[in-house]
Amino acid sequence: MTKTARGSLLDIEHLDAKEITGLLQLARRMNPLKPRPLLRGKRVLLLFYEASTRTRSSFEIAAKEMDAMTTLVLSSGSSIEKGESLLDTAYTLQAVGADVMVVRHPAAGAPLLMARHLKIPVINAGDGMHEHPSQALLDAYTILRHKKKLQGLQVTIIGDIYHSRVARSAIHLLSKFGARITLCGPPELLPELATCLAPNLHISRTAEEAVRGADVVMVLRVQKERLAGLKIRLQDYIARYQMTLARMKLAKRDAMVMHPGPIIRGLEITWEVADCPQSVIVEEVANGVPVRMAILARALGKA
Amino acid sequence: MAHDKLKSGGLLIKGGHVIDPAGKIDGPMDVLLHDGRVADVAPPNKIRGSADQTLNARGLVVTPGFIDLHVHLREPGQSYKETIASGTAAAAAGGFTSVCCMPNTSPVVDSVEWVTWLQQPQRGAVVNVFPIAAATQASKGAVLTDFRGLQRAGAVGVSDDGRPILNETTMRDTLRLAAEINLPVIQHAEDTRLTDNCSMNESSTSFRLGLRGMKVAAEAAIVDRDVQLAQQFAGARLHVAHLSTADALKAVRRGKRSKAHVTCEVTPHHFTLTDADVGEYNTYCKMNPPLRSAADREALIVALADGTVDAIATDHAPHATHEKIIEFEKAMFGITGLETALGLAITRLHREHRIPLARIVELFTAGPARVVELRGRGTLARGSHADVTIFDPKKRWTFEAAKSHSKSNNSPFDGWHFTGKVVATIVSGKIVYRSN
Repeated sequence: MTKTARGSLLDIEHLDAKEITGLLQLARRMNPLKPRPLLRGKRVLLLFYEASTRTRSSFEIAAKEMDAMTTLVLSSGSSIEKGESLLDTAYTLQAVGADVMVVRHPAAGAPLLMARHLKIPVINAGDGMHEHPSQALLDAYTILRHKKKLQGLQVTIIGDIYHSRVARSAIHLLSKFGARITLCGPPELLPELATCLAPNLHISRTAEEAVRGADVVMVLRVQKERLAGLKIRLQDYIARYQMTLARMKLAKRDAMVMHPGPIIRGLEITWEVADCPQSVIVEEVANGVPVRMAILARALGKA
Repeated sequence: MAHDKLKSGGLLIKGGHVIDPAGKIDGPMDVLLHDGRVADVAPPNKIRGSADQTLNARGLVVTPGFIDLHVHLREPGQSYKETIASGTAAAAAGGFTSVCCMPNTSPVVDSVEWVTWLQQPQRGAVVNVFPIAAATQASKGAVLTDFRGLQRAGAVGVSDDGRPILNETTMRDTLRLAAEINLPVIQHAEDTRLTDNCSMNESSTSFRLGLRGMKVAAEAAIVDRDVQLAQQFAGARLHVAHLSTADALKAVRRGKRSKAHVTCEVTPHHFTLTDADVGEYNTYCKMNPPLRSAADREALIVALADGTVDAIATDHAPHATHEKIIEFEKAMFGITGLETALGLAITRLHREHRIPLARIVELFTAGPARVVELRGRGTLARGSHADVTIFDPKKRWTFEAAKSHSKSNNSPFDGWHFTGKVVATIVSGKIVYRSN
């Protein structure tokens, strides 16, 4: 494999536990309320080929908190619409002076392709169905604000796991720290192959069984935009897998409800569960800022 | 000098070890070529007749010229990837004296005119080119082409390669009409309704990488159906292109046990690599059919050894850099293969898996010659075409894609070490390739 620039964050799979712990510790020292000019004079390029609310805004705010300049390039309204290739766009943005590139792309492996050809670090802000490393880091950060450690925690991930880059990154991360992970969903959204991702993964086909005794319940959205002809009967899905208060009662009393967003109330999660006291869905978003500050600081060698 | 040679001709290949599975020869023999034909094959120094050119083949293996049933020469229309001249130069360097070229060009080779065009001397081919014509117009799977006319113009088979014939009625008609004129029907077996947006084999690797995976059933189901259809028409000849799964092999074995005429080919990359080799989105391991599981690979090796497989074919599929060094899901399917086929066969099949050299030679010569009925080729019988491949089965070498004779260098085997190297390739009695 061709070398990639130091500081790149391309996936969780190839990070070791020590690097992850380091990033989480750094994130704890980042306080969005007390800006630190760590990245003064640096240029952070945000290159987004897919829609994003949370990831894009929190990377941008994280960069600005540290006094970096940010430039946003979207696939619509740029030369990408004229047919420019990913690598040519990447070379162009490196040439205008980007110091780090944050990229979201619908093709799995696109950030790695860029990183193999650029001199500057590349941060994966979500690539196709592959990984979403900054989300997994902020989820771990969030869990650790409520739980002492990840080891031994019973984590249930329920929903559309097949199409989910969030699930892949979360599974890699949590399993590196010895969490006990149960995956739950219908076979179309959770093939048996999923157990190959990490050791000791369990699959459950019923929400009740999967949630029982859980410390963390991570709910995932059904990704309609990636179903590619797959037919899911939403009424059946809701009946069997929607996270309801009744199902949450089967989890531990202090169980956390997580969701990477965007949430579709009434589909994978009810209104009541999304807003229940155990829900940390909004906190996850807030935690995205210090975690992404840490990722950017590490990328630019300032930490 | 050169003038003299041209005039009198005659090439004596002396001191080599001849392996000619068609003629059941496996021993030290001299070979005399004259006037574009094999004049004699006889024990050392027993050749009758003379030649003004002698090739010392001491320590080398001398075989009928290799035949590749499946190459993409990219002409007409895609000469930025390959031309007939460059593709056949790569073939010669790989020991192939004959190649069958697939019709999925731009435009599709679906007419007598294009089949004729492919064979014109202006194309600059250095080895024999045998066109495979499209089975349906523009390979759209609707209207059958003029099989008789295409065959008369030189097509040795029909195929909608890359765009499988899914419609059962169309496939039935294709087999029935081709059977009337003894023309092989070559099917790229893939139920594309099951492989939409897929870029590799469905596996733990595809799941890990977040890539949509092709199911084994997408290949096996079509082979199964085609074998059943082939059984319905006396004389129908079904050839399964680049077979890649154990399940599809089962269907082929069923067909062979019945009276149906079913043949198949396997590529060097499918008997060498697995889906795990995709690694971290290596587009040089992206091809269709995709690299499969280790169990599928082992099943292919067994079938290559036991005779179920009729030929090794490369599916040489050159692509330009801008079509490969891009996002995995966007990258074109296919790799080059002409120059690495023999090295892979000897290194993997012969040395690692102990398949006899004679069987490997059969898979490159008599086997493919039978599939498309190339008369007087794939054998060194007296009077056959003077197409000869000479290789050193022990020579160690390293493949460098950048030095390939192909216009493209999209090979996963760049930098690989091989045992077994082509030393000379002879077409119609003329040396068209000689290694230095």
